[in-house]
Amino acid sequence: MRYTDWSFTAPDGSRHADSALWLGESGPRLLIVPALLDEGHRLRRLSVEVMRRLANSGITCILPDLPGTGDSDFPLEQADLALWRKAMGDLAQDTGAQAVFALRGGALAAPEGLAGWHYAPIKGASILRQLIRARIIASREAGVEERQDALMEQGRAQGLELAGYRLGAAMIAQLGGAQPATEGVSPIDQELVSGAPLWLRAEPGESREQADALAAILAIGLRDGAKA
Amino acid sequence: MTKDIDLTLRRILGDVLGLKPAQVEALNEDSGLFGHLPELDSMAVAGLLTEIEDRLDIVIEDDEVDGDLLADYGALLRFVQGKVAA
Repeated sequence: MRYTDWSFTAPDGSRHADSALWLGESGPRLLIVPALLDEGHRLRRLSVEVMRRLANSGITCILPDLPGTGDSDFPLEQADLALWRKAMGDLAQDTGAQAVFALRGGALAAPEGLAGWHYAPIKGASILRQLIRARIIASREAGVEERQDALMEQGRAQGLELAGYRLGAAMIAQLGGAQPATEGVSPIDQELVSGAPLWLRAEPGESREQADALAAILAIGLRDGAKA
Repeated sequence: MTKDIDLTLRRILGDVLGLKPAQVEALNEDSGLFGHLPELDSMAVAGLLTEIEDRLDIVIEDDEVDGDLLADYGALLRFVQGKVAA
């Protein structure tokens, strides 16, 4: 297990430093695109547990921090889905990744044209709705009434702080219309993995069985090369 | 139908709170939720409501969500049953 530096180019041409977790030293390389924002935390352990299993099966896994999150030096407020997709595409190319495994909203940040798997992919509008709902509930507890339509309008104009994340106007607008790609990628539904979805957990949980199931699907798929 | 709603709601709460089957079964009318369980914060409640909408095919309006709705399991169950029946 090691962390490596990588960098990406922002639309203004500036270069930015980021970091990625690597597991495995040989074999085909799989880019892992994490779930977004709070779901990324709740699924982090599952992601790494899947990576451990794949590394043991001779597959090298690369899990980057999305620009604006984790160890990235980029301001989250300036990040949007297009920048994430571009950065993930560049990283896939630089590392020679031959397939992608994106978790949940990570499907919206996965590189275009790279084959692979989307685990329980979710629409951007659903992510946004849930974040806004959380904000409305928290505000109401604090005695402040906010409305979904007004918050959306404000978000599209000047960005919005949601669940502690300062999201820029471009991110809000892009999330509103983003759909997971379907071409060239295979969705992995939770029914196939079985068990309670870990992204629902109020506090991060873990499941050996779910990690086993996901790793088996990915390892078999990569071996057969059918999806990659 | 009423029994199905109860079962589905219990299962969702179990998934969100990471409860064991015996704890899910032990939930009763008076089991306190929002304000009683520190892990059930605004983000978790938002996830809970969205999951209820998806699995029971209902729509919960933001202005219907307040502390009373989530005060205890009985209140949430009655609200959801009313929504499904509507």
